[in-house]
Amino acid sequence: MTARADILSNIRRSLGVTGRERPRVSAVEDRIETAPRGLVVERGRLPHDERVALFKEQAEAALATVVEVETRADVPAAVAAYLRDNNLPARIRRGDDPRLDAMPWGDTALEIAAGKSDGKDLAGVNHAFAGVAETGTLVMTSGHENPTTLNFLPDYAIAVVDAKDVTGDYEDMWAKLRFAHGKGEMPRTVNWITGPSRSADIEQKMLLGAHGPRSLHIVLVKG
Amino acid sequence: MTAQPTSPQFKDNARHALDDAQLQKALGNVRQNFIDRRAAVAAKLPEFEGLRDSARDIKNHTLKNLDLYLERYEENVTKAGGQVHWARTAEEARQAVLDICARVGAKTVTKGKSMISEEIALNDAIEAAGMKAVETDLGEYIIQLRHEAPSHIIAPAVHLNASQIESDFRKHHTHLDPARDLSQPTQLLTEARMILREKFLAADVGITGANFLIAETGTSIIVTNEGNGDLTQTLPKVHIVIASIEKVVPTLEDASQILRVLARSATGQEMSVYTTFSTGPRRPTDVDGPEEYHVVLLDNGRSAMLGTEFEEMLRCIRCGACMNHCPVYHAVGGHAYGWVYPGPMGAVLTPTLIGVDKGGHLPNASTFCGRCESVCPVRIPLPKLMRHWREREFERHLSPATVRWGIGFWAFFAKRPALYRLATGVAMRGLAWLGKSTGRFKSLPLAAGWTDHRDFPAPQGATFQQQWKARRKGRSA
Repeated sequence: MTARADILSNIRRSLGVTGRERPRVSAVEDRIETAPRGLVVERGRLPHDERVALFKEQAEAALATVVEVETRADVPAAVAAYLRDNNLPARIRRGDDPRLDAMPWGDTALEIAAGKSDGKDLAGVNHAFAGVAETGTLVMTSGHENPTTLNFLPDYAIAVVDAKDVTGDYEDMWAKLRFAHGKGEMPRTVNWITGPSRSADIEQKMLLGAHGPRSLHIVLVKG
Repeated sequence: MTAQPTSPQFKDNARHALDDAQLQKALGNVRQNFIDRRAAVAAKLPEFEGLRDSARDIKNHTLKNLDLYLERYEENVTKAGGQVHWARTAEEARQAVLDICARVGAKTVTKGKSMISEEIALNDAIEAAGMKAVETDLGEYIIQLRHEAPSHIIAPAVHLNASQIESDFRKHHTHLDPARDLSQPTQLLTEARMILREKFLAADVGITGANFLIAETGTSIIVTNEGNGDLTQTLPKVHIVIASIEKVVPTLEDASQILRVLARSATGQEMSVYTTFSTGPRRPTDVDGPEEYHVVLLDNGRSAMLGTEFEEMLRCIRCGACMNHCPVYHAVGGHAYGWVYPGPMGAVLTPTLIGVDKGGHLPNASTFCGRCESVCPVRIPLPKLMRHWREREFERHLSPATVRWGIGFWAFFAKRPALYRLATGVAMRGLAWLGKSTGRFKSLPLAAGWTDHRDFPAPQGATFQQQWKARRKGRSA
């Protein structure tokens, strides 16, 4: 018998089932089809403005920095200001997300490299798919638009998120993702990111910048 | 063959641990940090207790339908372009990993933190096959340099102090300036970051564990704070996930419910920094990500736990809260347990995986204070399960003769209540009289196990039953 057949038959023997019981099969199909939300966490169930304020507050509690801008057109200047404030070279790398492409990068002195990170970039800019207010979590989806490596390799990770994409809880975010990608379909990687990289492996003291970014900066676009 | 256990020598291990001053100092960090942080963050979420129920129910539902969810999971991994490799034993799981590495001609393999990797002793197998295995979680990297096993399931190097780590780095990173300053923990972190960054970029294969597998989408999830797991799985050509069969949950929503109790119970964070959902290899238009995605699904005795009194143990999500709150773990640390899984969860799981003949000491290493059960995010009745092991051990005549004789002696009296009351009454009055001057005993016959380490308080003169009776009378009057 193959390992697969053996393991499945052991499980069935232990559970005393055949795997063909109609009620079990339909319970499993139903659960996957309907994907019940379970217990609702009230914290994030707020009107738009309070929800966005909670997202900012929670992201900052996780040691990210957040700057709010009025419109998408203000993003390049905000990125340039962040680099300047941190004494970093005016250079970023980003993917080809159409929302980023449409921003007036030419109005700044920023030098822009395209594509995935080779590990030498100091700063990378990705556009988030969503934010989740309950824990101040960014949701990034992989693709040439926003390469996954840009979330992890640069020392300074910069993420742009639209206030209208901030959901109260994870469940609302999954609903949004299913709407964008189709039920049961996932991008290669979905990254939930809550603050910059850290480790407490040395004497249980928290230190920032373990392997991923030492800083996480969020540009929150209000309009 | 799995990792070699020293669990049969638990008593010796524990004695050495108690005498190890470095270890005792390091264990102070567990006592101080984990408990307060968890309590604070649990108190901030009104739904926390309800989410524990929810997490328990999701796991129970999945276990009752595990065959069907695994089939669905595999179908969706395949649909996304990945491949599932089923492994009955540790040997089969190691072979599956080695075969993939050999096929792609791997020289270096980076690894995210995985307890399954420890369970199947994967690093030794990779090295024996002529490849280099590099642990990338900071704690795992440190203990790999020391050729040690993790002493905690989420804080593998919790038994070490910074000065020990400094001397390990000096011993191994010989290409760096010997005069460099490493007196601060941040300097140690920066050095490890620099060294491991090169390893991430050079690796041919990246191996991670999985906190959850999702049947609905064929997705694997890893949870880290460092980001090492993401660099491990994103940069090499091949990503291999090693996971045991009970990691599967039905949907993204189910995983989200359990994630809410995982970080809070483990590190006392509202959410870990990186929670990553991976589905298949890179897509045609992607610019990064692995070209191949494999999942090695390990059974290793778990299917046989279903339908037994130990089935509840399969709910475990490996948060470490039980050991963080365990007075025995606080006293002896993780290595004393002698195999991969320490603390209360290890005391239940180890005998099922390596046999009660080898792991039988562990369920006895408990004060049954119940703190583990009171903090378990999936409400596993750990003391009850340890008691099941003690019963099995007794039934199989594996307990030592003195224990069996002692229990028999006690049972003789317990079955004869009048005689029991008489004997205990005499004993209590006698001990009270003997100890009346100091109120305690420095030594007592047959009680050296207690009195060698601390004084035994002298009884007040009445037995528990007598006091109980007196109080009941007082209350009704």
